[in-house]
Amino acid sequence: MENENKKLSRRALLAGVAFAGVVGTVIAATPVVAEEAEVTTGPAPDLSQLTHEKIELVAPPYVHAHEQATTAAPKVVEFTLMIEEKEMVIDDLGTTVQAMTYNGSVPGPLMVVHEGDYVELTLVNPASNMLQHNIDFHSATGALGGGGLTLVNPGEQVKLRFKATRAGVFVYHCAPGGPMIPWHVVSGMNGAIMVLPRDGLKDGKGNPLKYDHIFYIGEQDYYIPRDREGNFKSYESAGDGYEDMLAVMKTLTPTHVVFNGAAGALTGEHAMKAKVGETVLIVHSQANRDTRPHLIGGHGDYVWDTGKFRNPPQVDLETWFIAGGSAGAALYKFLEPGVYAYVNHNLIEAVELGATAHFTVEGTWDDDLMTQVQPPTPIE
Amino acid sequence: MKVIASRANPSPSLWLPGLLLCSLLALIAVQSGLVPFPAAGATIERPETIIVPPRSFSSRLAGEFVRDRVPVDAPMATIERDRPIEIMKFQVGVFDYARCVADGACEAAAPRRKADGDVPVTGVNFNDAKDYARWLSAQTGETWRLPTVEEWAFAAGSRLVDHALGIETDSANPAERWIATYEREAALGAAASAKPEPRGAFGENELGVADLGGSVWEWTATCDGRTTLGIDGGVLTHIESCGVRILEGRHRAPMSAFIRDGRSGGCSVGTPPDNLGFRLVRERPWYAPLAELARRITG
Ligand SMILES: [Cu+2]
Repeated sequence: MENENKKLSRRALLAGVAFAGVVGTVIAATPVVAEEAEVTTGPAPDLSQLTHEKIELVAPPYVHAHEQATTAAPKVVEFTLMIEEKEMVIDDLGTTVQAMTYNGSVPGPLMVVHEGDYVELTLVNPASNMLQHNIDFHSATGALGGGGLTLVNPGEQVKLRFKATRAGVFVYHCAPGGPMIPWHVVSGMNGAIMVLPRDGLKDGKGNPLKYDHIFYIGEQDYYIPRDREGNFKSYESAGDGYEDMLAVMKTLTPTHVVFNGAAGALTGEHAMKAKVGETVLIVHSQANRDTRPHLIGGHGDYVWDTGKFRNPPQVDLETWFIAGGSAGAALYKFLEPGVYAYVNHNLIEAVELGATAHFTVEGTWDDDLMTQVQPPTPIE
Repeated sequence: MKVIASRANPSPSLWLPGLLLCSLLALIAVQSGLVPFPAAGATIERPETIIVPPRSFSSRLAGEFVRDRVPVDAPMATIERDRPIEIMKFQVGVFDYARCVADGACEAAAPRRKADGDVPVTGVNFNDAKDYARWLSAQTGETWRLPTVEEWAFAAGSRLVDHALGIETDSANPAERWIATYEREAALGAAASAKPEPRGAFGENELGVADLGGSVWEWTATCDGRTTLGIDGGVLTHIESCGVRILEGRHRAPMSAFIRDGRSGGCSVGTPPDNLGFRLVRERPWYAPLAELARRITG
């Protein structure tokens, strides 16, 4: 079997066997970062007194149950991420990408802890994968965000613990060194963590803010190579498509900009739901490229555009800017029922490249906020 | 399908007893400019057609309807149709369309989804469909055109989808109808394959018309428009908007006439048609009743 031979070749390569060609390039870059694994983390904290809590992660746009504020003492919060390399369909044409994922989704799941908690992550790279991976938490301090301590080959797992010292929403992503870094990130290997202040979100004047629903939207730019006729190409494995994809990546012009891994992943039957009077917190991450979320027909009541909760939120925003390599959070209370589009307000990216999600919001119409004084009528 | 010479030939059964009459009529028709004269020497496969016999049927009127300031389902009309219609059994295929392009009479199609084999042409706009009809008419010496929404419904028979939401929405809450429409279209869109399939793949209705409501939506000649109804249901105002034409298929979709790819996104939250194509009807020649009479007489 052709495919199995390729797998074996990569395995052999990972074991240090000399190898040439594309796949050689893929793997050869990794030892650069592997050297960082020598970084030390200082004296291990005495965590024997702390509660350990194991969290089952859920796939975006949903988020595991959590307290919005807590009076409990800091905990050790345990998560497991299974790395899964798999083919994913990313648009309604059936275009595919050989995706690299945390827990099988693009983006990876949102983790929620409180400031002062310890995050204890088990990162598993099953033997069925072909590539080395790791994880760089922007919320962590030291060792390349943990990337230097977490590089795992297929068939290995690693456990990292870091203290969540800064409150906010932060990107995490794979960073296995050199050209592998952007390639893994634009193949889907990124997600976000939310570190809540222990006393919860505040409006900037000391008043608490609460949400009824939280949605996590990961925006993903893809760079899919095309054949001579302009059709998107598909590849048997990630390595096979590496060089072609790199060429597209260097144009800095994505072929797809999507929410939740695929165009239409958050529309139609997958549209997010809320009711009039409910408040939603929308966490939006972009691990690679700038973006500008906008809720058509609504607003950002309170927005942490840089995503960090010790800064007072901005209020009444129309569109907010999220810098590539960061996450932001926007709180909004729905005031009118209807279908809302949540877009990247570069509308070419929203409409042509896929960056559109929908909310359907049920409830009572408020005529005071808006009314159709005269329906469309022949001009008098 | 049979290959015919392009000269008009209303019915083979007329050849023996009706030769004289037919020739005479054809001569009159051509000389008086009532039917287009075929292009010299052209030979074309005559599209396979279905003759839908007269019957009474129901179809919702086209366009948007507003009653008492609230959007409502289009009224259902019962139509007594006393004449047959002759409609293409299949949607116009890629190979058929390619001949029009090769003749320089049609612009190239721009399909979003590439598919191999004898699939319906997709990635065509309303104007392309009209160009094709003009070309086919010239090639066959017959008159081909797009069906109206009503004619499409007549030929669709049991495959006609009732577009009504069938819900009484609160007149004070416009959002109820938006959400209901959104959810219904989302469910329709998610139900089936979006790829163009070989012609015939979606089966036939009881009349023998194939691929209705498959993955390819069909342009009609009907203009979009808005009709305001009074409380009693009478028409108060009607504005036609012919820059937008109605597509029929799994759901009814208004679309700007120049669009070849009905994708959605951004502010437009509805589910778009997967692919845009068409089929044509053959206009009944003015002498058709005579020909039918002759056929009846000659048994
Ligand atoms: Cu990776």
